Amino acid sequence: MLDIKRIPIPALVGIILTALFVLAAIFAPWISPHDNGEIVGDVWEPMSAAHWLGTDNLGRDLLSRMIYGARITLFIAVLATALSFSLGAILGFSAAVFGGWFDTLLSRLVDLLMSIPTLIMGLVVLSVLPTNLVTLILVMGVLDSTRVYRLSRAVAVDINVMDYVEAAKLRGEGSAWIIFREILPNALSPLVSELGLRFIYAVLFLSTLSFLGLGVQPPDADWGGMVKENKDGIVFGIGAALIPAAAIAMLAISVNLVADWVLNRTTSLKGGRG
Amino acid sequence: MSSPILKLIAQRVALGILLLLAVSVLIFAGTQILPGDVAQAILGQSATPESLANLREQLGLNEPAYIRYFHWLGGVVTGDLGTAMSSGQDIATSIKGRLWNTLFLAFWAAIVAVPLAIILGLIAVRYRNGWVDKLISGLALASTSFPEFFIGYVLVYFFAVKWQIFPGISTVYDGMPFGERMQAITLPATALTLVVLAHMMRMTRAAILNVMQSAYVETAELKGLSAFNVIRKHAFPNAIAPIINVVMLNLAYLIVGVVVVEVIFVYPGMGQYLVDHVTKRDVPVVQAVGLIFAAVYISLNIIADIAAIVANPRLRHPK
Amino acid sequence: MAESKAKPGVLLDIRNLRIEATVFPPGEPPKNIVLVHDVSLTLEKGKVLGLIGESGAGKSTIGLSSMGYGRGGVRITGGEVILNGRDILKGGKDGFRKLRGREVCYVAQSAAAAFNPAHRLMDQVVEATLLHGTATRAEAEKRAVALFRKLSLPNPETIGERFPHQVSGGQLQRVMTAMALCSEPDLIVFDEPTTALDVTTQIDVLAAIKDAIRDTHVAALYITHDLAVVAQVSDEIMVLRHGRLVEWGGTRQIIKEPRQEYTNALVSVHEIEHAEQKPGTTPFLSVKNVTAAYGRSHIKVLKNVSVDIYPGQTLAVVGESGSGKSTLARAITGLLPPEEGTVTFDGRPLANRLADRPKEDLRQLQMIYQMADVAMNPRQTVGTIIGRPLEFYFGIRGRERDRRVAELLDKIEMGKGFSDRYPAELSGGQKQRVCIARSLAAKPKLIICDEVTSALDPLVAHGILELLLELQKEENVAYLFITHDLATVKSIADSIAVMYRGEVVRYGPKSKVLAPPFDAYTDLLLSSVPEMEIGWLEKAIKGRRMASAGN
Repeated sequence: MLDIKRIPIPALVGIILTALFVLAAIFAPWISPHDNGEIVGDVWEPMSAAHWLGTDNLGRDLLSRMIYGARITLFIAVLATALSFSLGAILGFSAAVFGGWFDTLLSRLVDLLMSIPTLIMGLVVLSVLPTNLVTLILVMGVLDSTRVYRLSRAVAVDINVMDYVEAAKLRGEGSAWIIFREILPNALSPLVSELGLRFIYAVLFLSTLSFLGLGVQPPDADWGGMVKENKDGIVFGIGAALIPAAAIAMLAISVNLVADWVLNRTTSLKGGRG
Repeated sequence: MSSPILKLIAQRVALGILLLLAVSVLIFAGTQILPGDVAQAILGQSATPESLANLREQLGLNEPAYIRYFHWLGGVVTGDLGTAMSSGQDIATSIKGRLWNTLFLAFWAAIVAVPLAIILGLIAVRYRNGWVDKLISGLALASTSFPEFFIGYVLVYFFAVKWQIFPGISTVYDGMPFGERMQAITLPATALTLVVLAHMMRMTRAAILNVMQSAYVETAELKGLSAFNVIRKHAFPNAIAPIINVVMLNLAYLIVGVVVVEVIFVYPGMGQYLVDHVTKRDVPVVQAVGLIFAAVYISLNIIADIAAIVANPRLRHPK
Repeated sequence: MAESKAKPGVLLDIRNLRIEATVFPPGEPPKNIVLVHDVSLTLEKGKVLGLIGESGAGKSTIGLSSMGYGRGGVRITGGEVILNGRDILKGGKDGFRKLRGREVCYVAQSAAAAFNPAHRLMDQVVEATLLHGTATRAEAEKRAVALFRKLSLPNPETIGERFPHQVSGGQLQRVMTAMALCSEPDLIVFDEPTTALDVTTQIDVLAAIKDAIRDTHVAALYITHDLAVVAQVSDEIMVLRHGRLVEWGGTRQIIKEPRQEYTNALVSVHEIEHAEQKPGTTPFLSVKNVTAAYGRSHIKVLKNVSVDIYPGQTLAVVGESGSGKSTLARAITGLLPPEEGTVTFDGRPLANRLADRPKEDLRQLQMIYQMADVAMNPRQTVGTIIGRPLEFYFGIRGRERDRRVAELLDKIEMGKGFSDRYPAELSGGQKQRVCIARSLAAKPKLIICDEVTSALDPLVAHGILELLLELQKEENVAYLFITHDLATVKSIADSIAVMYRGEVVRYGPKSKVLAPPFDAYTDLLLSSVPEMEIGWLEKAIKGRRMASAGN
């Protein structure tokens, strides 16, 4: 069992902060003091007892916007990560186990997709696609699945040449046993920590797209979109835009800390219990 | 230089050109993947039939896709990037000045970031596992977590608004004196530097550490060479290739970073231009600029590969 | 002051040496461990001291301490290292730099890694000499060429112009010895200089090193785990275990009259008296004229190989790296379908490809690997690992399966308590035993053993061989035993196939194969295996008819 006292402090901080963000996202309607679109005061009011984080460019309560923003940000990022992961991992494992033309074709296609920076390819595609949540998740998921594909293929290729996999093949086991019983349990730890990194990347990518005005469309806003909404205040010395930007950074750091710890923990075990 | 190397380099360049062609297909296809009618999607449901027909004509939508592709490619190769739908201006002309601005910005960011990253990477190796090293890896962790606009606006908030040292909006124009231009790009170049610095530093550290742990470095130490000479004569010649690789990979990061940083600082470069026209759904501009970005990215990767080939003694002196 | 400490004729005097290192176990605070516990030794000028022990004995650590060097966080925390009359530990960094490469030089286990790939060999060979200013470049190069000649390197005049990757492993090891000798040091530390080489190459390098030591009157610390090797070159031998001195004496005394039990265990020959079984009338598995190659390459790894295996007997396949002995196993199992030739089993041909073979055929052929720790899925328990063939081939499940697993664990002399353990929790010998149990679970007619004892310490390997022989009697299983080690072959084989460059050069019952007259290669192979006999090296070199394979 996991002993809480043995979790290093950075990882503990990461877990707590991540949990807070997730809870805020799930219970947004119950914990936020105001409605997402409700105008409650003047434009860019400073922080006060009534509005802890002040108000935004239209006089909406920034804290409430942040909480709802967490919801949208996490929702899209989680779905995009789930898509990129299942797509990338399934194709990557299959490519490693089956090899041959299937592997060659997929790998060359992924090479091609990765030879264009993700943001640039994203912008190219989004210039013709309708801007809605489904498109956003699909584009983010598919573009990012290339990285998951590379990693899971590499991991699976490494495991596939291990003697214990050869022993299973010599025994006459089918591909299902080999993929799910021999390869998958041993590929899990690098993949889990990669999951964290892919999630961070999804959050940053979404925020960047929204900041550029190509992600979540108003009146809804994720944190990146909120930076865009409030950025004009910066030149007047109003830091409202920095708050959602800092939230993104904080979420990313928290997840990073957890992923780092998971990676260290699992690589040091070298199999066995845990 | 021997012929097997030249052959390898030629192969790598040919492969790069092939890749670039494939990428141009991909970018072109990427703007055709809409399930319905592109013109309809661009103009929206309320578009009049005349404007739809007009747009179709303008986009050449009445011809099959592959013919449009070859038209486009033929234009690109001869330097004709087409005209922007939104403004009717020649794309190549609008891009020229902006491309120069972007390269100027990226150049100065790289000039600062590359030596700084290598020096800090060396320091981290020298004081391995000490507090300097820990600080550097902590910063690297943070920097991979910071969105570019966070770094950018924090810089603006303090340096442009609070302390008013540098302008928060980087206006540049033709014939601007060099000093003023440098002042205008100080903040965006700093932001770009910070975006790539930590990552470059961490990868440099890993590359040097890898070389420093090899047996031939131990051999050199056991010959009585001083620490400096061990690094200069034995570690450095073998670390060049990985370091060039690291630098090139991170310069490729600059390309993505530059898009966001230009938007933050309203800097008249390629990134700003691309984002504007994605919003306006100006497909010809997006295709052209996307292709240029991809070409720069691929060229950097080719240079990295070639550097690795040239620096490899096994290839320079075959059996 | 320092002079007073020196005894006449003594070059190196290590007193109460204590070496520690800090380890960083994951998730725990770093802790200090002691690698070397108060070891003392003296070495006279021009003499050779062999340091011997199993892995973790601290022999390399002690050797490097004579240069004031500690690998990766290793620190000398106590004692004195007196070289040429002065305690070098007091000299500080500059002192170390002055003695390294001038008074003491080092020859590493893997010369291929120890040479810088970016520089020509000559530049590296003369580097230390030039650095310490003991000769001009021209003199140093002349000296290097003479050393190349002395070490019988091909083309001594021009070999220095080459880059490390252009020269073979055995030659690089000799170039490294020349590099160490070039600055005319008082002491050379040889750190397992022949361990990574094939047995027929090892003998050449060993002879070259021995001649060079004799002619240059340099003193040496010769570090190895192989007692037979060290017996050839050293005047005295020091046996180490877990960082402590076990026994120290003259070479003859150590190998002939060891005083400590541990030394005795190392010295005694672990040959098992195994009475050869006469081949039966009909082999159950025949390999006929098999030729195989990897990929579409034209280089045949197996050329027209034919062998037979009889029920309940052992065929040993012996050869050096690249001889094709493991490829033969891959061809029999169907992992590498042969290009020509057939494998027949019980009178009918086996399908070439693994995928085309019925389950029953797969069950009859089982395999055990060299590296037991990568041959078992680290995420499965011992019970699952051994139980899977029972489920898979016989459909035995539940309690009956557990009962059979316990039975098998009993057979391999491990309790049934091991059934819940993971491979990471077992020792090397236990891991290999579990692999044996897994293959036995299938009740096969043939088990292919690929270098199964090579990665184990000698005493553990001995136990595994005895277990295999016992199981053969009980289960009447045949073995195809692949190995490079002739002592193992003598212990276990009924018949032997000697392989060389993809061909079977000698094949027959053990008594015939190991009896003269020999063909040239078998003669070379047999005569290259070091024997724990003083003067063996000279005798072996004199009696050779064929140049070694690796040169």
